[in-house]
Amino acid sequence: MAELPHVIAIGASAGGVTALRRLLGALRPPFAAAVVVVLHIRESTVDALVGVLARDCRLPVVEALAGERIEAGRVHLAPGNYHLLIERDGCFALSVDDRVHHARPSVDVLFASAADACGARLTGVVLTGSNDDGAQGLAAIRARGGTALVQAPHEAEAPQMPAAALRIAGADATLPLDDIALRLNQAFHA
Amino acid sequence: MTMPAAPRDLEDIELDLLLEALHQRFGYDFGGYARASLRRRVQNLLIHTGVANISQLTERVLHGGVPITEVVDQLSVPVSEFFRDPPSFATMLRLVFPLLASYPHINVWQAGCARGEEVYSLAILLEEAGLYERTRIWATDISEKSLALAREGIYPARELPQYADSYRLAGGRHSFSDYFHARYGHIKLDDALKRNVTFAPHNLAADGVFCETQLILCRNVLIYFQPPLQQRALALFADSLVRGGFLCLGEKESMSRHEIRERFTLLDRRAALYRRNPSAHG
Repeated sequence: MAELPHVIAIGASAGGVTALRRLLGALRPPFAAAVVVVLHIRESTVDALVGVLARDCRLPVVEALAGERIEAGRVHLAPGNYHLLIERDGCFALSVDDRVHHARPSVDVLFASAADACGARLTGVVLTGSNDDGAQGLAAIRARGGTALVQAPHEAEAPQMPAAALRIAGADATLPLDDIALRLNQAFHA
Repeated sequence: MTMPAAPRDLEDIELDLLLEALHQRFGYDFGGYARASLRRRVQNLLIHTGVANISQLTERVLHGGVPITEVVDQLSVPVSEFFRDPPSFATMLRLVFPLLASYPHINVWQAGCARGEEVYSLAILLEEAGLYERTRIWATDISEKSLALAREGIYPARELPQYADSYRLAGGRHSFSDYFHARYGHIKLDDALKRNVTFAPHNLAADGVFCETQLILCRNVLIYFQPPLQQRALALFADSLVRGGFLCLGEKESMSRHEIRERFTLLDRRAALYRRNPSAHG
């Protein structure tokens, strides 16, 4: 079986659309890692969001489908009203289990499964948001040897989520969005 | 060298031993379930039962300290909601109900009914379409605890505004509040809605065909199965459906990766609505 690509798992909530447009829009192809995004949304579909992000993003943006393999060079977006998980064989799985931090999809659920599936070949990124989702998951990522990046809370539209991540998990780096993009391009833009 | 991404760590061994114990001692085979969600549920079960690790849980289950019904319930059931994914119900009303009306007796199988929200949702829509009198809904689940709760028909009222909206979007003609009594922050569904429902245990991983049906609903169950178990369940559905019968999966589920798709025709992708082909081989 083909080896899993390095995975960049990104979680965002309030203020997330603007932050994601900026961060994802700065990533340059060819890009050697797979990007997986959980954004808290009220809508039950992400069709519109895929369109919005695709406008600014040079990597293809797709909705993550159950059973589909995660692919380097793509941005996979969690569907609305389902948790998104990564299985160890590198395929996506969905669930309608209870909300976590009032959210489905939940960043913690993605991060915990990604940590289990990817180990050290994983970068977790916590962006703007006004709840604590993502903090426990980021701790799980670090416990498995993955890298943790957190948006600088002073720059975030809603600082609570990055602040909670720093409090509970800590981070390998706390950076403004543009520097997160720079760092990811340095590591994965071939 | 062992990849750090997939170590054979202690917890994996413990999980395998738990699943083996559940299978050998109680006949519940979770081996075909998708692992990422299963791991998460086992972790939640540890918190729920207050034991320190999976090995302790296995010991407690085997020796009766934790009831097997509790374990099966926690490992299998997500709570659903009334009229979840309303457009799918609306599509069913439009494409399926007129054909159901052509049968003198209608059998519907709700596979994986969990706490029963969808069973009551369906009963309401069938009632409003004038079809319920001649319908029997077979509502099955692996969890006895869930079936007991589904029979009671009592649910928290906190999501009520959303249910009322979903009821309308699904094609409801009256008011959702016509179908329950609200009390102490809960709603109790009208007992009359249960008159043609049979709640019964059925395990999609082990049990077989038990009736001939015109419509099967199995939504957001297959997402928890690995492909071989998905294939088993889909074959069971194909064998249970009358020729020309309907199968409705969850909005993010599809049979496109399974050979069994040749026995079905996709009617509506958005609603994941399939029709069993009428051919003799179908």
